[in-house]
Amino acid sequence: MVYLLAILFLGGGLAWFSERFNSQAPRWVALGVISFALLYLAVAVARLPVEQFSPLPSAQLPETWLAHFKLDWIPRFGISFELAMDGLSLILVALTLLLGLIALSASWSEIEERTGFFQANLLWSLTGVVGVFVALDLFLFFVFYEVMLVPMYLLIAIWGHEDRAYAAMKFFIFTQLSGLLMLVSILALAYQHAVVSGSYSFSYFDLLGTPLEGALAFWVMLGFFLAFTVKLPGFPFHTWLPDAHTQAPTAGSVLLAGILLKTGAYGLLRFAVPLFPEAAAEFAPVAMALGAAGILYGAVLAFAQTDFKRLVAYSSVSHMGFVLLGIYAWNSLALQGAIMQMVAHGLSTAALFMTAGALQQRMHTRDMSRMGGLWLNAPRMGACTLLFTMASLGLPGLANFVAEFLVLLGLFQAAPLMAVIAALGLVTGAVYSLIMLQRSFQGPGDASRELPDYGGRELLTMLVMVALLIWLGIHPQPLLELTQPTVDSLLLEASG
Amino acid sequence: MSGVNWLAVAPLLVLSGGAVLLMLVVSVRRSTEVACVTTTLIMAAALLSCLWARTAIPEIVTPLLLADGYALFFCALFIGCGLVTAIIAREYLLLRAGENEEFFLLLLLSTLGAATLAYANHFASLLLGMELLSVSLYALIGYPDKLLRPLEAAIKYLVLSAAASATFLFGFALLYAAVGVLDYPAMGAALAAADNPVLLAAAALIIAGLGYKLSAVPFHMWTPDVYEGAPAPIAGFLAAVSKGAIFAALLRWWMAAGLYELPGLLTVIGIVAGASMLVGNLLALLQDNIKRVLAYSSIAHMGYLLIVLVACGMVPDPSLAMEAAAYYLVAYTLTNLAAFTLLGLLSRASGTDELDTVADLDGLFWRQPGLSLLFTVALLSLAGIPLTAGFIGKFYLFSAGVAGELWGLLALLVIGSGLGLFYYLRLVYRMTLKAEPQTQPPSTPGWSARLTCYGLVLAMLYFGIVPAPLMEILRTIL
Repeated sequence: MVYLLAILFLGGGLAWFSERFNSQAPRWVALGVISFALLYLAVAVARLPVEQFSPLPSAQLPETWLAHFKLDWIPRFGISFELAMDGLSLILVALTLLLGLIALSASWSEIEERTGFFQANLLWSLTGVVGVFVALDLFLFFVFYEVMLVPMYLLIAIWGHEDRAYAAMKFFIFTQLSGLLMLVSILALAYQHAVVSGSYSFSYFDLLGTPLEGALAFWVMLGFFLAFTVKLPGFPFHTWLPDAHTQAPTAGSVLLAGILLKTGAYGLLRFAVPLFPEAAAEFAPVAMALGAAGILYGAVLAFAQTDFKRLVAYSSVSHMGFVLLGIYAWNSLALQGAIMQMVAHGLSTAALFMTAGALQQRMHTRDMSRMGGLWLNAPRMGACTLLFTMASLGLPGLANFVAEFLVLLGLFQAAPLMAVIAALGLVTGAVYSLIMLQRSFQGPGDASRELPDYGGRELLTMLVMVALLIWLGIHPQPLLELTQPTVDSLLLEASG
Repeated sequence: MSGVNWLAVAPLLVLSGGAVLLMLVVSVRRSTEVACVTTTLIMAAALLSCLWARTAIPEIVTPLLLADGYALFFCALFIGCGLVTAIIAREYLLLRAGENEEFFLLLLLSTLGAATLAYANHFASLLLGMELLSVSLYALIGYPDKLLRPLEAAIKYLVLSAAASATFLFGFALLYAAVGVLDYPAMGAALAAADNPVLLAAAALIIAGLGYKLSAVPFHMWTPDVYEGAPAPIAGFLAAVSKGAIFAALLRWWMAAGLYELPGLLTVIGIVAGASMLVGNLLALLQDNIKRVLAYSSIAHMGYLLIVLVACGMVPDPSLAMEAAAYYLVAYTLTNLAAFTLLGLLSRASGTDELDTVADLDGLFWRQPGLSLLFTVALLSLAGIPLTAGFIGKFYLFSAGVAGELWGLLALLVIGSGLGLFYYLRLVYRMTLKAEPQTQPPSTPGWSARLTCYGLVLAMLYFGIVPAPLMEILRTIL
């Protein structure tokens, strides 16, 4: 894991440096770096014994995790450089690297200026996200959580669209402010641990099960919840998202939607609930209500958009509502569904953003009123978009259906009323997805329009995502098996 | 005084002797280069003597000075800042016609003042150090005597700083009348026993005087004007050393006299801290001039620091809060010095005389990538983004605040940091804008200045990534 982080981080520096020799070089360097990282991960995982995947990753026994690394960092506060990986982290890291490649492909011909610095920022934000998914020291987690914002900010602020300064600033301030609340919570937790045990510690393993009295536990939990819900984004903290997504360059949108949002979901799953099981259980109705509200509200707003990217952005709000519901329903089915939704949404939304980027590059607009009948001009693009739209609205046979179905099934056991409301989201999802497809690719067309269809690189990227969505939709079992031990141990942990 | 006594205050002696030496050198040969090199060497010698003096501590040298780890650590920090300022000032002065040698003389004297403050253990030495520091600064701020703005700034600083000193002195007089002692350790006991209404007036006057010097709200009005008018290297020195030294002296007083046990004082400091954070950050949002932005941000940073003084009184064991104050002070000094220094160098490199408004930064990232990147790191450190010294400082503040359960002040700290991000990021954003076609050819600053800046920024990153060694040092000296 350390090597993985080092490869990405140093690769970023290398990509920047390589611009001195050739303005094309950074792309190839970035491609090489991410592919190498992915290969490294694959080889490392393949070499693990099969038995390693079955035990529950336990807080007391680091060796039950797939990988564990610990190095003292700031002994004064009991802070260490502690990384660990279980099935959940593995899937998310793999998704991160894969979407990194996809983002790279999206930026291949879009970014012509200062490619070196662009690719460096791309790689650095990947470093931060991978760090978030494997850090198990809360201080280290916070460091990665904050540091990944800086390259992302630069990606939006330098290479974004017309209103980028506002969007980048809003994105940064929302996440940073809520992050500081989390820092206060982390410190309160560590301080409480120091009071109980006599020494500071920020290790996840030590802090699990720190006794907190009712009111304090609630406030500390709320700090974590706010930070991750802003990131997720949950209603009503979602307002940064449409701006940031719309203004970011395509690669930035892909990273944002695909993986940065998942850090919020991951944080809820890994930290916010297990660290404070009782407070979280009491708070669950509120969180679920926010999730359900997000599903419907996001869908209604998505329906009202005329901007292609904004529509997709609001659909993210709606989809992430399912993740929030799944997590707070807190049973095996719903959690599996939430994890599945994270992966499926990462793929399908990344693909839709890439479509939006491709359209913008070709037509110089994201306004759907100026589109219509594009299928006529670019059938390959239309076919891909059709498939991803279907995925997004939850067509059986594709990954998103599996995810939403599992969440609803689990949720029905925990809170039937919420499940009924959330199920409405499937209907509204179909409405806005279809209207998007209708306005852009169908309807009366103009055969004389100059619109180059997908080239080989874009088609390949799209096909990879199509293949993954179909595979996970038809045969989700391997992924579910990989995360089952994690889910079981989280449930065990929270039940005390 | 014995030999050990002399050794324990070696840095002060080296600086004083150096000032005399420089005066002689200037009378023999007037040259900016020679004066700069001499000053650099004197500062370096003083730094080394700090190391040497470590063998002689702890030692009470006359009732006025206490030579201990704390004194030597901060002494070394401020001399280091003086060294940086001397090297950077060369760039600035070489372009200026007229006599420049006295600039270095004044710089040595004001560094001596800062070093004395680090040693101060008595009101007399506190006042001596403070006046030495400020009086040299009046002249340094107004050094470009043909320009209007520096002169205006110098007058403003002179009048307000003198008024603050007078207030401060009067407060001391009242305090002395009430308790009858002037050295810190004895004062703690005397204050705990005393119950005299005169003390209230004394406390008010002293807080006002210190508030001026630290530019805490509501005594902050002079700061933006003075920073804006002062030459860039001096603005950095003013922000980093002048405030840092006074805070270091205050912290020592706070600790030695146990002032944190007086609840009324804690309330007042808490209010001042909250107001500084809010007002500093809010007003920084409205500024278009970069130096004014940094000036208001330094007001806010002083507010952050004052939280720690309050935290001292709310916990059974104030050592964590002290450590937090010391770490934040180091981070603050380094970061502010770096930010102002880089701003000065960037203006020089971009061909304009002084970078004034935020709009002047446009496109700098692509014209001067190296310096701009360093400036970005300094701004991120001011904003408290992880991997920089500023973040560890803020982390310490948060831990001290949580330990003291100061939820209200912590909320203000979070809000202030959010506001702060906005104006720091605005500067970064302006730098990344598309470059205008350049009118003047860029001039690169000399190697010594560039090397110094790299050193400063590396130190900032080092203390942000590997903070453990510095934490250990601070724990041993407190």
